[in-house]
Amino acid sequence: MNLTLKVWRQESPNDKGNIETYEAKDIPAEASFLEMLDIVNEEIIVAGGDPIHFDHDCREGICGACSLTINGVPHSKENGITTCQVHMRKFRDGDTIWIEPFRARAFPIVKDLVTDRASFDRIIASGGYISVRTGSAVDANSLPVNFEDASESFNAAACIGCGACVAACKNASAMLFVGAKAAHLNLLPQGEPEKDKRVLGMVRQMDAEGFGNCTNQYECEAVCPKEISTDVIAKLNRDYATAATREAVE
Amino acid sequence: MNSLGKSLCRFWHSSIGKKIVVALTGAMLILFLLGHVVGNLLVFAGREAMNDYAEFLLHMMHGTGIWVARIGLLVALVLHIVATVSLVRQNRAARDVDYSCKETVQASKSSRIMIWSGLTVLAFVIFHILHFTVRVDSGLANLHDPANPDRHDTFGMVVAGFQNPLVVLFYIVGISLLCSHLSHGIASVFQTLGWRSKKVAGPEKKLGWAIAILLWLGFLSIPVATMMGCLGDPPKIHAAVEEPAKAE
Amino acid sequence: MSSNGSLDSAIPPGPLAEKWTNYQAKAKLINPANKRKFNIIVIGSGLAGGSAAATLSELGYNVKCFCYQDSPRRAHSIAAQGGINAAKNYQNDGDSVWRLFYDTIKGGDFRSREANVHRLAEVSTNIIDQCVAQGVPFAREYGGLLANRSFGGAQVSRTFYAAGQTGQQLLIGCYQALEKEIKKGGVTMYPRTEMLDLVKVDGHAKGIVVRDLTTGEVSSHAADCVIMATGGYGNVFYLSTNAMGCNVMAAFRAHKRGAYFANPCYTQIHPTCIPVSGDYQSKLTLMSESLRNDGRIWVPKSKETAAKIREGKLSGNDVPDEERDYYLERKYPSFGNLAPRDISSRSAKEACDEGRGVASTGLGVFLDFRDAIARLGEDTIRSRYGNLFQMYEKISGDNPYKSPMMIYPAVHYTMGGLWVDYNLQSNLKGLHVLGEANFSDHGANRLGASALMQGLADGYFVIPSTLPSYLAEVTPGSVTTDAPEFAQAEAEVNERIEKLMSINGTRTVDSFHRELGLLVWDKCGMARSEEGLKEALEKIPAIREAFWSDVRIPGKADGLNMELEKAGRVADFIDFAELMCHDALDRAESCGGHFRVEHQFTPEDEAVQSGFTNDGEAKRHDDDFCYVAAWGYKGPGEKPDLHKEELDFESVELSVRSYK
Ligand SMILES: Cc1cc2nc3c(=O)[nH]c(=O)nc-3n(C[C@H](O)[C@H](O)[C@H](O)COP(=O)(O)OP(=O)(O)OC[C@H]3O[C@@H](n4cnc5c(N)ncnc54)[C@H](O)[C@@H]3O)c2cc1C
Ligand code: HEM
Ligand code: FES
Repeated sequence: MNLTLKVWRQESPNDKGNIETYEAKDIPAEASFLEMLDIVNEEIIVAGGDPIHFDHDCREGICGACSLTINGVPHSKENGITTCQVHMRKFRDGDTIWIEPFRARAFPIVKDLVTDRASFDRIIASGGYISVRTGSAVDANSLPVNFEDASESFNAAACIGCGACVAACKNASAMLFVGAKAAHLNLLPQGEPEKDKRVLGMVRQMDAEGFGNCTNQYECEAVCPKEISTDVIAKLNRDYATAATREAVE
Repeated sequence: MNSLGKSLCRFWHSSIGKKIVVALTGAMLILFLLGHVVGNLLVFAGREAMNDYAEFLLHMMHGTGIWVARIGLLVALVLHIVATVSLVRQNRAARDVDYSCKETVQASKSSRIMIWSGLTVLAFVIFHILHFTVRVDSGLANLHDPANPDRHDTFGMVVAGFQNPLVVLFYIVGISLLCSHLSHGIASVFQTLGWRSKKVAGPEKKLGWAIAILLWLGFLSIPVATMMGCLGDPPKIHAAVEEPAKAE
Repeated sequence: MSSNGSLDSAIPPGPLAEKWTNYQAKAKLINPANKRKFNIIVIGSGLAGGSAAATLSELGYNVKCFCYQDSPRRAHSIAAQGGINAAKNYQNDGDSVWRLFYDTIKGGDFRSREANVHRLAEVSTNIIDQCVAQGVPFAREYGGLLANRSFGGAQVSRTFYAAGQTGQQLLIGCYQALEKEIKKGGVTMYPRTEMLDLVKVDGHAKGIVVRDLTTGEVSSHAADCVIMATGGYGNVFYLSTNAMGCNVMAAFRAHKRGAYFANPCYTQIHPTCIPVSGDYQSKLTLMSESLRNDGRIWVPKSKETAAKIREGKLSGNDVPDEERDYYLERKYPSFGNLAPRDISSRSAKEACDEGRGVASTGLGVFLDFRDAIARLGEDTIRSRYGNLFQMYEKISGDNPYKSPMMIYPAVHYTMGGLWVDYNLQSNLKGLHVLGEANFSDHGANRLGASALMQGLADGYFVIPSTLPSYLAEVTPGSVTTDAPEFAQAEAEVNERIEKLMSINGTRTVDSFHRELGLLVWDKCGMARSEEGLKEALEKIPAIREAFWSDVRIPGKADGLNMELEKAGRVADFIDFAELMCHDALDRAESCGGHFRVEHQFTPEDEAVQSGFTNDGEAKRHDDDFCYVAAWGYKGPGEKPDLHKEELDFESVELSVRSYK
């Protein structure tokens, strides 16, 4: 199939950047979206140009590196998948496809479609963990976890840190990401002791990074490749209110 | 600053803290609206019921009640506005370069125009207060209950106030946007306060819509009914002040 | 033997089961107040590197950690699906440290070091405790206790798992611990930073040269020791189940600086992957092996039928039973579709080589659920494999409930790696190697769910105890980047980058990688022969020459340039492929993942006649090859130097692996 691509090109972080048009010719329907870009890139290189840069690694939907906004929707309109899992058979011959980076002030562009998502790492560093010194753990089965809590915690833990939630939110809010981590750890008995500290720390870092606020529109949930529920945001709101109250009275 | 003050300050400056303020003040305003609409519907019970109600409000707790309520609502409204405006500004700043190809997957239209519906409601509320509470129109201010001339004729004021089609139109726009605001806002309160989950999200959303629609019907039934003449003729207000000669 | 003397594996004395305990009791310690004076470089943030960096920082050392991804959380360990083994015996089904040890040794076809493997089995239990305490959400039973499953044909249920995301959950646990230490200041993290050379000062590894991938800046880092946990080299085959960025660069640069590369020919091919669909294909996707529990593998009996299927004129469903060849069931009646990984992989290749492959490329066999669906119903099949079927459908566009799946083997794991002793130290003093990057625990074949276990054992428990034995001998901070060796190495790195940038040829990096991959897959893949390997060794230099004269790298070196990154990796893969073929040629036996067609059981063999094994099964030659082949670098294009570490089996008896 033949396609027209409208791709965001930006030489460097300080460059202004603009949309450029490319023709993708003879793309096999079985190819993945990223393989389609590989084909286009090979042509660009051979023709003497600079290939379109984009992040990717595992190409099987788990590492969270790939991060393209396809026709205005992070990871494309298809539910529950990452960019690398999008296949060309979902497009039609002659389509025009817009390809843009995950846009947010807290995800500055490095080059073209590659962004810097280190803000997520800093949020995790601010409380997204359970402190346990290696070797000091008790026997794993001495800590039974209620089946429902374990499942809910697991669902939240499925987050791959891709940032689609931020990219889809009109406010570039990171609440789904933060909520998922808080829910994953707060729901477990192991996570209980540091619960308040965790929530306060992560939310403060999230704010400091310049993410927007949640306005409960749930676009994040709609694009999340792991289909994490916005229930985790409600829980984060509650946990934050409790933690802030406890902090105030103490 | 003491530690409580510091904590409050941090709460206000955090995204979730501000959101909680928006939700709590929004909820207060909704409760007020619910009471308000029920009270207003008394117009359909006739002049006496309406005017009794208005008198009761004025004399509640020896006259302090209404001021407590007014100040409370004003504070809530101001907090709501300050918080939302500041959130909206932060949100705009959070995405410095916008997408060239814009697309939404599931966000409702109402949820995307909250600030505009809110600001229109603000304009409407100011107008409405000037109209019926402050009564800048002295004609409306000087109406007297025919049965009890010592008290204000609130019923007559409402009927008189809705004679102008432009006023009614503004009410329709204002209330409609208020209800759009609430169609998203009410369900949102549950989420912001942490009372939403997959199981109850559906009912909560329906509740939000139900309240919004009931408020819409309730509030708009009055101007529309007046326009259609269901509440009878308006009192002759101009006669009362400027042209006493023609008074009955 | 090398100038460094013979390969001393530094195995502690004493009975096998007590070695590790005794070692720890007598191990050297570093005074707590001194620990922060030591600088340690960790390259890699996967399970092995991440756990090592976090733990060493907790202990008080100063750690610098490097990875090429934008975040340490994206290391390829994230992709592991199946699970992690541990000898917890929570199921009370007779598991024990000894059993896990024995299974691992046997699974490795008796080509691994007993002492290391036993230690691995011992610490396996601590790993689970550690991970659960960190909040890793392993699957649980209704009662709230941890669930287990049996994996990869093990007779006990010792595999812990988190749905199909075990690697992800373990890595996130480890990443969180790492981030905590980063915030505390114990670890400085360098993401999007690639190690391009190892720096040796007075014969010891004392630092690295790296390139900041976003700015292109080349710089040096000095430390008291270097830990490498840079993963496996499966991408030498171009197509594999590894992430696109997985590479051999770090290991190979260390090799060039004197570190021995052990058993590079041991590679594992996984039988159930989604087949290649065309030239543009960039990677292969693994489908869980559990599919073989209910799916039946077949190809048509006749080449003509297969051709019709390939051309789309016939669908698999239309082939009547009598025209189908359920070849695994036919050849291995007792194991059938559950025959071991290497056997199933090779049989698929044979069928396709005969012209009976069914995918459009000719490389694919059917995995058919028709009978299982008829027997158990679609719902049961959906509950067992729903997510896998969905994944398959997303990639292939076919509905496996309606028509048979197609699968083909793919490169999945590499057992070979840098040679290390019991302390996980390379022959190059100061260089320690962990995880898939070392060679130590899996012999010639790795058991399912054991790589995660090894990576975490190395990082959380082994290196923190063994590193002091090296550190105790050095003065902390004695080497800085002022040493002339750093300037020298940096200059060499810059020169190489300039050279790559200046070729300005006509071919893309990928085109070379693809060419190399096809060659090694063909000659040094599932089945190897002397002839084929020699041919490969002849062809690789030509690829190298073409690469260095005709590759085209666009853009500039002083900013993000992914083609330049790839070029550096492919250049090393080319050199490494040669090393791999040398090793495969040298090892004139078949064992585990290394199958030499000349060395297989035939109907004449006694073991076959007695019914103990089948013909076609890998045939080891223990008398000649019971050693680790550790290769020393001799120069570009030169045959490397072989150093042998003889393997002594004190506790287990070498036997023929039988699956009958
Ligand atoms: C699809 C798949 C499924 C698997 N399933 C299982 C399973 O179920 N059970 C099991 O036990 N094992 C499984 N494995 C194997 C297992 O996942 C890996 O062997 C293991 O995770 C490797 O961990 P590691 O820490 O050694 O390396 P990796 O996780 O690969 O980490 C390598 C690190 O090194 C860094 N790095 C590499 N080169 C450089 C360089 N030059 N400069 C700087 N940094 C560098 C990378 O950035 C990365 O951080 C699977 C493997 C695959 C591919
Ligand atoms: C009677 C008047 C009003 C009522 C009953 C009301 C009610 C609400 C409610 C319930 C919410 C949802 C809170 C949440 O997200 O949890 C909300 C949100 C909002 N309100 Fe109002 N509101 C009123 C007036 C206003 C006014 C005058 C403004 C003008 C600035 C305004 C602006 C907003 C905005 C921008 C939001 C969205 C905030 C967000 O979602 O984060 N509202 N309102
Ligand atoms: S490349 Fe890893 S999730 Fe897409």
